[in-house]
Amino acid sequence: MKISHHLPQETLLAYGAGSLSEAWSLLVATHLALCPSCRELANSMEGIGGALFNTLAPAAVSYDAFDKLMQTLDDSALDTPLVDKNPVRAAPAILPEPLRSRLGGDLYALKWRRLGMGVFHIPIKTSDGKVSARVLKVPAGQPVPMHSHNGDEMTLVLVGSFLTYQGSFGRGDVELADPSIEHMPIAAPGEDCICLAVTDAPLRFKSLAARLLQPFLGI
Amino acid sequence: MRHSQNAVFMREPRSYLRLVVAGQATSPTSEEGHRSMDDAPTREFDAGDLRGCLCAVGACQDRAAFRVLFDHFAPRVKAYCQRLGCTPQLAEELVQETMVKVWRKANLFDPAKSAPSTWIFRIARNQRIDAFRREDHPEFDPSDPCLIPDEPQPADAALQQRQSEALLHTTLETLPEEQKLLLQMSFFQDMSHGVIAETLNLPLGTVKSRLRLAMAKLRARLDENQVSVVEEPGH
Repeated sequence: MKISHHLPQETLLAYGAGSLSEAWSLLVATHLALCPSCRELANSMEGIGGALFNTLAPAAVSYDAFDKLMQTLDDSALDTPLVDKNPVRAAPAILPEPLRSRLGGDLYALKWRRLGMGVFHIPIKTSDGKVSARVLKVPAGQPVPMHSHNGDEMTLVLVGSFLTYQGSFGRGDVELADPSIEHMPIAAPGEDCICLAVTDAPLRFKSLAARLLQPFLGI
Repeated sequence: MRHSQNAVFMREPRSYLRLVVAGQATSPTSEEGHRSMDDAPTREFDAGDLRGCLCAVGACQDRAAFRVLFDHFAPRVKAYCQRLGCTPQLAEELVQETMVKVWRKANLFDPAKSAPSTWIFRIARNQRIDAFRREDHPEFDPSDPCLIPDEPQPADAALQQRQSEALLHTTLETLPEEQKLLLQMSFFQDMSHGVIAETLNLPLGTVKSRLRLAMAKLRARLDENQVSVVEEPGH
């Protein structure tokens, strides 16, 4: 399936620079596993970083730094080359890395928590104080109540698809939302929609019922 | 002692190139034409030497080749960490950690996929994130069964990679100062684009559009180069 909704270039740049915080980076890296064209772009962003890095004015290291390094390598098992941790993984998987490891397993191993309105979720702990990351499961055919955003939100589809007025979002697609966007994503019929959502501010629901529930849902 | 050792290492890299990575790093002659702008006064070795050395460390844990890499990159890793706010002492520690990783992971280096400077930049970046934020830089796993594979690579991906690297250096130099500054801030100040905008007192939209312009220009030059590389065999 062809991915039609990609990451913005400047997000890939920030990811390559290492200035993008952890929750956003988790979403970016998971998208990269599914999207060769963004991967290629991210690779060239890192190439820009490498070129800039190479033109930095060198800062002298201490005179014994190399000897110390070789001593470390000689004294420990560190001098053995690293081999790929997981050389062959024949078993197919649904959730790509690095998300799969962060969740502690693939789709079938997940312990969903009820969020209300038929929606289930699993919050993901990251070091970002203000940014929340979670996987969401929205039942097939069900809408998420109309809402807008106090900040930025990125949603990466992993299973199934959802529809907004911007079109259809399937596996690997990223939907971007900011305070200017009010939407009501609807999970497409036929299959529950599972996605990774990262947001740096609480959502603003339009309906009173959803707003009243919000404090209990933590979304 | 140190001096005499250095003298030997300075003479050696070319031979490692030939012995260890014959055919990988030495075959094309056309890239020599692109080399001139690589001759910054601080560089003792050109990109081809460094690539050969990294391959030699990966292939047979060659210590002399590793010394060449260390002499070139360790001071840059230190400069990078200091630019990003590390004390000289922490920067020294990160140099050690980064170079241990370079030694251990050199066998995974693929000269067709990245330049040595890019490959080592990634390791230094990740070590820095580790130390500063106590977190991993989330990355995809190239051997993940979920990974959607790359499009097939052109026949001489390694040649193309080398040309791209050289081209990137020249094109970076031609960018307007305001765009170069934003790239520098993105890579060396650990600031989000929002914070960069505040710092420079610019609208966020302007920061993003200048960065996009810079990236578009860099990529356009690389794409031109790809076309020329692919067309070459036909002519």
